[in-house]
Amino acid sequence: MTPVPPAAATAQPWAVELVGIDKRFGPVHANRDVHLQIAAGSIHGLVGENGAGKSTLMSILYGFYQADAGEIRVRGEPVRIKGPQDAIALGIGMVHQHFMLVETFTVLENLLLGHEGGAVLGPARARARRNVEELERDFGLEVPLDAVVADLPVGVQQRVEILKALYRGAEVLILDEPTAVLSPPEAQQLFRILDRLRSQGRTVLLITHKLKEIMAITDHVSVLRQGQVVAGFATADTNEQELADAMVGRKAVLTLDKAPARPGAAVLTVDGVTVTDAQGIDRLQDARFQVRAGEIVGIAGVAGNGQSELLEVLAGMLPFSHGTLTLKDQPIGPGDGYDAAGARRRGVAHVPEDRLKLAVVKAFPAYQSAILGYQDDRAFSPGWRLDWKRVVARTAALMERFDVRPRNPLLKSSLFSGGNQQKLVMAREIEREPDLLLVGQPTRGVDIGAIAFIHRELVALRDRGKAILLVSAELEEILALSDRILVMCGGRIVGELLAAEATEGRIGRMMAGISGDGAAQAPAGADA
Amino acid sequence: MSTATRTDGLPWWATALVLPVFNIALALLISALVILAIGEDPVGALTSMLAGAFGSGTGLGYTLYYATSLIFTGLSVAVAYHAGLFNIGSEGQAYVGGLGVGLVCLALGGWPWWLVLPLTILAGGAFGAAWAAVPGYLQAYRGSHIVITTIMFNFIAAALMAYLMVNVLKAPGQMSPESRGFDDSVTLPMIHDMLGAIGIETANAPLNLSLPLALAACALVWLFIWHTRWGFALRTVGANEHAARYAGMNARRITVVAMALSGALAGLMAINELQGVQHRLLLNFPAGLGFTGIAVALMGRAHPAGIIPAAILFGGLLQGGAELAFDYQSISPELVVVIQGVVILFAGALEHMFRPALARLFTRSAKPVGA
Repeated sequence: MTPVPPAAATAQPWAVELVGIDKRFGPVHANRDVHLQIAAGSIHGLVGENGAGKSTLMSILYGFYQADAGEIRVRGEPVRIKGPQDAIALGIGMVHQHFMLVETFTVLENLLLGHEGGAVLGPARARARRNVEELERDFGLEVPLDAVVADLPVGVQQRVEILKALYRGAEVLILDEPTAVLSPPEAQQLFRILDRLRSQGRTVLLITHKLKEIMAITDHVSVLRQGQVVAGFATADTNEQELADAMVGRKAVLTLDKAPARPGAAVLTVDGVTVTDAQGIDRLQDARFQVRAGEIVGIAGVAGNGQSELLEVLAGMLPFSHGTLTLKDQPIGPGDGYDAAGARRRGVAHVPEDRLKLAVVKAFPAYQSAILGYQDDRAFSPGWRLDWKRVVARTAALMERFDVRPRNPLLKSSLFSGGNQQKLVMAREIEREPDLLLVGQPTRGVDIGAIAFIHRELVALRDRGKAILLVSAELEEILALSDRILVMCGGRIVGELLAAEATEGRIGRMMAGISGDGAAQAPAGADA
Repeated sequence: MSTATRTDGLPWWATALVLPVFNIALALLISALVILAIGEDPVGALTSMLAGAFGSGTGLGYTLYYATSLIFTGLSVAVAYHAGLFNIGSEGQAYVGGLGVGLVCLALGGWPWWLVLPLTILAGGAFGAAWAAVPGYLQAYRGSHIVITTIMFNFIAAALMAYLMVNVLKAPGQMSPESRGFDDSVTLPMIHDMLGAIGIETANAPLNLSLPLALAACALVWLFIWHTRWGFALRTVGANEHAARYAGMNARRITVVAMALSGALAGLMAINELQGVQHRLLLNFPAGLGFTGIAVALMGRAHPAGIIPAAILFGGLLQGGAELAFDYQSISPELVVVIQGVVILFAGALEHMFRPALARLFTRSAKPVGA
């Protein structure tokens, strides 16, 4: 497919051109002399590791920050963008990774926000409804206008964000890691929408670190490393390996060497475990499986189909209503007071899905986050006092072994990039040599170099005879790491495959509940 | 090696020293304008205030006496704050703590003070802790909000104490609602008496043995919050309750314990007021020092090393203000309250108002150096 250029242009100016953009935050040089040209009516990918300066660059384009030096040109005209209002006026829209929606408002009310046009909402609402319905038809965006945003699945919420930007006249749409929160079918649907936008002459700037997506949808791609544009390609002329090398600045290792598993005795036996929520709905229904020493069991499924609940039950963070867990031959029932501390005592370590919310305390220095969960370990407080010196020394050793950067245990946890926070969490949990490691989304928001590292560490732990239960939204990751794969749908385990017989297609069909054409499988309450 | 703790790049001394001093200066400037507006000499008035608070031995003694109470209530607010709880109820907890202190002192007439003191610490602490643990329990297990319940518990404490004072504890034949005096033996020695005994002459002031007790409390709170695993758990619950649950901490129990500890510290304030100075149990003795403790904790950044100077500042305002109202007949006590209020406003509530400006100033001046 060839991008259609906008009709009006005679000399065909770039939709957006960044000329020599430079930005510093104190000692951090976030963007150095960035030059970027984005053709109108194209999808332009922007890739780079965490902290490469992608988000800063887009924030400058959207007016959140002012560049220290350089110029922005929109449709050939030099412009000054002092805030998002200026950006919107220039036809630049942004869909943030974390949605900026009022959850208790309906979709239409969210779209209307800032465009009320008077004290009485009635006429504006009617006008908005007409305009929005037209936009929905034009771009194939299906969104229930009168639904309350909080009730919608994330994929639909994201469409609301896109619709909001289009409603405000966005010609250029910036999407920041749009698929990070989406299930595979939802991501497919998003790409169809982006394709439609392109065919209607809109320009899309796609920030991502998933190279498959870049290859699948973009026309051009620019690679950022350490604040600089280090490479630019027409997507058709490049491949994943070349992009990955450009991102990390050396030969990147994309494949994982893994010997066949040699499973031993069962470490965990889950027998009929059921979780019923306050509304009486079974979030997890009659789960039955085993995880043996020396194997990685992967759990695949569209987000919201019970994987999170399963992980939380096993970690002792969510009580279950029926069934038995057997950990190292000790049975645990629903009333046995199994909690997070108890799980750790039994040799269960947990790398949670939501790292920022659960696994680190952002306000604490790294060395304090590095004992979270093990704060009562007497090795850290031989007497009544916590021996912070010892904790700092151990954290420094962990950082060395797991290549956490910067290697500064005293630095505040929130100042580490997502990948380095994750490496610190991995280090903390793996270092205990747990009998069972529960891992949720181990590489979400983590860059390529760190992904390979984390995968190698997980396989190494398996090879030391430990059991690992892996939950991931990335099918690729499940396939790369797992020795056995369980597929969940609607709170049930609907299938089990050996790694050898598993393919993305086969798992995808099971995830969708066998019916199988990859249509959006929404967990609950979707009425699109 | 410098460790950045905030993203705006301000070093710790700018946050800890420059900003508060600037805020106080601004508050005094506005106070001066108000004094000018009512036709008095602002320089003279502020000098009189300053001299009243710090210029004489007696003045200083009074300032430190107030500061002692404020250290206790400031610590009380700070401990709850670290657990993510905004305890507005130190006033009421101090009041109820006073009941514990008073009952012990009344019951143990004739005992030496050094035997009574450990018991009043226990009783004052326990009464204050119990009064604070109830809102803590209600928040942790019943989902009601600590700010609302602690405010309401202040009113309940006031009503309960008024009832007890008038109907139960009032000395027979007394007109005012106060208990009989404590036996002389149980009251805490005054600092000037103690220093006098070893030959150092100091001015007569209500400063008593509670000050070293308050300083010891500061050290213990510091050790507890930052150097024990219980303190670590408390701070984790305050900073991120989800992470606390993940880490296997019992957030609910910690909430109740933190509130109890907070209330106990507030209750100890009664030792200074009752066993130290008033020598009897009387109506409304905390006199707002529990509320001022909120400003002390805010300004002191919920850290003992900050709470001590902040308590001395607010103690100085109380003492200096009283002196000011005495020296200048046209300046009513209400105006003194205005001055104190402006300081609380700028140093407490608006303490970060000038932070961005200071950060800009700082990064601009630091720019040529950093490469």
